[in-house]
Order: sequence, then C-alpha cells, then structure tokens
Amino acid sequence: MASPAIRFDRLGQVFDTRSGRTEALRDVSFEVARHEFVAILGPSGCGKSTLLRLIAGLLRPTSGSVEVFGLRVGEPRDDIGIVFQKPTLLPWATVEDNVDFPARHKRGRVSPEERERAAALLRMVGLEGFAKRLPDELSGGMQQRVGIARALLMDPDILLMDEPFSALDALTREVMGFDLLRIFAERPKTVVFITHSVSEAALLADRVLVMTGRPGSVLTDVVVPVGRPRGPETANEKAIHDLSAYLRSFLLQKAA
Amino acid sequence: MTSVPTYAASSSKRQPKAMTDPVAGASPFFRRLATAPGMATLGSLIAVVILWELTARIFAIPSYLLPTPSSVIQSFSSIGYDRWFVHVWATLRVAMIGYALSIVIAIPLAILMLRSPFLSRTLYPLLVVVQSTPVVAVAPIIIVSLGAGDAPRVVITCLITFFPLVVSTATGLAATPPELIELSRSLRAPAWREITQIRLPFAVPYIFSALKISITLAVIGAVVAEFCASEAGVGYFIQFSTSMFRLPQAWAGLIVLAAMSLALFQLVLFAQKSLFPWSLPKKD
Repeated sequence: MASPAIRFDRLGQVFDTRSGRTEALRDVSFEVARHEFVAILGPSGCGKSTLLRLIAGLLRPTSGSVEVFGLRVGEPRDDIGIVFQKPTLLPWATVEDNVDFPARHKRGRVSPEERERAAALLRMVGLEGFAKRLPDELSGGMQQRVGIARALLMDPDILLMDEPFSALDALTREVMGFDLLRIFAERPKTVVFITHSVSEAALLADRVLVMTGRPGSVLTDVVVPVGRPRGPETANEKAIHDLSAYLRSFLLQKAA
Repeated sequence: MTSVPTYAASSSKRQPKAMTDPVAGASPFFRRLATAPGMATLGSLIAVVILWELTARIFAIPSYLLPTPSSVIQSFSSIGYDRWFVHVWATLRVAMIGYALSIVIAIPLAILMLRSPFLSRTLYPLLVVVQSTPVVAVAPIIIVSLGAGDAPRVVITCLITFFPLVVSTATGLAATPPELIELSRSLRAPAWREITQIRLPFAVPYIFSALKISITLAVIGAVVAEFCASEAGVGYFIQFSTSMFRLPQAWAGLIVLAAMSLALFQLVLFAQKSLFPWSLPKKD
C-alpha cells in the first residue's frame, strides 16, 4: 500500500518563549491519505496552525516526526500550497501578478505555461476579468479567491488552508465553501483545512479531527458519512446535521 | 413623526441648488476658481500680508524690527537673479548631495541590520547617540575637522537626515506580513529576492514617510552648515543680511528657503504619487 500523503507520528512541539516553555502539541499522531480532505477543528490556540507549519517544513518538530509522502520533513517543501487566514496579497501587484508570484519569486521569471495556468486558475475561482485589478479594488472574498489561486499555481499535491474563510462575512463564507467543494472536485488535492466552524468542517471534509486546547492533541477522528460530489444541497442532509450536532456537543463538553 | 422624513425629502428636492451656492451667478470660470482647493489658504495668506503691511505702516515700526511685506518684495528684485541663483544653488547642492548620500547609505544599512541582529544591536545605540547630539553643536567641530568646501556641509546634512531614514526603513522591512515571509521560505526562494520582492516594496510607505521628513531636514542641515562657515548659500545670505541690519533682505532669504523646502517636499510627494500610488494612505 502506498504511503499516506501526510503522517504525524507521536509529534510533540515545545516553544521557548520569553515567559517560559510552552507546550503547543503533545503526542499527535494521525494520517492523511492522498486526495483526502481533512478538517482540523479546535479552539483557538490549540496549535492548529503549528500543525500546518510542521507539514510545510517551516518548523522542526521538538519530538516525533512528520512525514510527507513517506519522507521525513526536514526543510521547507515547495510541493505544498498554503492559503492563509488573511489573503496577504501584494498590494502593489495586479491580481494576475499576485497569482503567478510564487513562480516569479522562486525563479525570478514566469513561464508562458505558468501565465496560462494563472489565467485558468483565475477563471476557476471566478475572477475572470479581474486580472488587471489591484487587490484593494476587490472584496475580502475575492481577495481570498486570489489567495487560493496563488496557492494552486505550482500545482501542489498538498493544500494547507489555515482558517481561510474566518475573516469573511457569513454569507461570503458559505459561498466560498461551496466554491471550494467545486474546485476540489475539479482538481483533487490532499487538503488540510483548519477551522473553528463545526458546520464548515462537516460540509467540506472527508474526515474531521477534533483537537483540545494547550497542549494540543487529537481528541477524536470522525469520518464524514457523506459521499461526493457535494454541493449546496449537501448542507441540508441529515447526516451533516447530525455530525455537526455531535461535534458541537463534543467540543462544548470538552471546553466545559 | 412620519411627516418629518417626507418633508426633508421633498424640501431638498424643491429647494433650488443655486440658493445654497455662495458663488451662484458668477461665471463658471470664477466659480471654479473660488471653490478650488487651496483657495481658502491663499485667501487667508493674502489677508495676513495686507494686515501686516497696514500694521507696520500705521504704527511706523522700524524696518530692522519688522520690515513691511512691500519692502521684502522690493529687496527680492534689488538682489538680482544671478545672486539669488548663486545662493539657492549653493544651498540646494549641499542639501541634495547630503540627502542622496544619506539615502544611499541608510537603505542598505537598514537591510544589513535586518539580516544581522548583531549589527542591529551594535549599530542602533550608536545611531541614537548620534541623533541625540544636537547637529548645531557638532557642525562647527565638523567644519574644523573637514576644512572648507562642500564636504563638511554634506556630512552635516547627512548626519541630520540619516536617522529617520534608517529607523523608518528598518521598521518597514520588519513590518512585512509574516505569512508572506513563510510563503517565501516555503518556496525556497533566494533570500535576496525576499528583500527585493517582498520586504522592500512593503517598506515603501515607511521609506517615503522618512524621505518626506528628511528632505526638509536636509535643507536645515545645509543652512546650519552655512551658518558655521561658508561664502554662499541662502543661510549664509540671511546671516550676512542680518549682520548688516538689512532685515527686508533677510526676510526675503527666509521666504526663499521656505519655498525651497516646500517645493522639495512636494517633489518627494509627487515621486511617491507617480511611482508608488498604492503606497499612499487610503482615502475613505
């Protein structure tokens, strides 16, 4: 059997801060299969973002290990796309320049194929015709779409999303969720999606990992019993409602 | 209370616009002139000058205490263009060379300080010491050490303009969103491209705030240097004029200096507006 896309093995992470040692993660073990969409759900400050930075190789684990496609992560890897909580676009660059920024930044130039791919990605995220605009002229949701297109430019196997919709208003957030389902169906990726919205996790993911607060560890691992493709009608399915209710009560119980 | 909104709505519709317009009836040209931005400033400035002229004349204030605006204007023309040009050029030259040198040193230094915490720790206190020492007090010492010519004046201008540039650039370079630095690291891009494609552009608004402060400081630096030792320059001209009790002439020099500072400031602002329009503060 092929090795999983991502594998955490008894991972522990400790930060030395000015106020002393902070244990961010303790004994975290889980696997994410290739092209699986995993949502990580948990309260603020439970080390969810730290997990992403470990996968991306931006951080070295204190103990245990992280493997990506069977190889231990030692340094930053460029086959991973990251979508941040804030769009963090370059305010001086047009939308298309922001999307092909990874290529320009990595190699100093953008190949014609990459430029074509950037245009295709903009079409896919519904921003055709906005290529020459500046980020400031776009709404928050549109800016985050640019952020998603940028993360997909290098056609990464793994997409890491760190609460990508949490800065958006409720309605835009829902629309973005459905759009992400469509994009995921068009171009399957291994996605690790961090959120603290229970319904978002249930609607989007194949599996939901629930984490506890400091030190963060995986409390439970739930498979979402709904197949794909999913769409707006999926949100009304009983299975999604039941799962949301279960996860919510689980989180509240643990928080109490 | 339902009648209130209807009343307000209908009244604004019924009331002709011309009735509330103070320059109604004027020709379109004058109307545009009167409502142009800056007209209020210009108007009040003219009023002050007229009041000043009248006060000086009515109370017969001696010109060495407060010269009348008319005598100041007169001295402008009595000096002659060629002499003005010599003085303005001398001051402008020192200010611009010092300013340019300051930029050329400050920005790379700020980058170095970002890359090396050691350099930052050792240089920063030194910069604060230099900045805390009054330039006016250091200027005579520098003049003696470096002798005649432009060199000591340029150094004085550099000293006064340097600090805001280094500090602001360093702050701007460090104010880059951490997500973009992580993106850069995850792409395994060369470190210098992180500076040129992310950090420096993000520092542009900070650099320009410092450039605007420093351009006026550059003029101050050049004038301070001229006060200490020189044979040309607007600062020298003012000092020379006051020593001869030619106050209208000194005032004329002062106005030239202020105009010069203002024009240079506007030039920096114009450069920012045309080269980096996105870096300007948002208007809501």
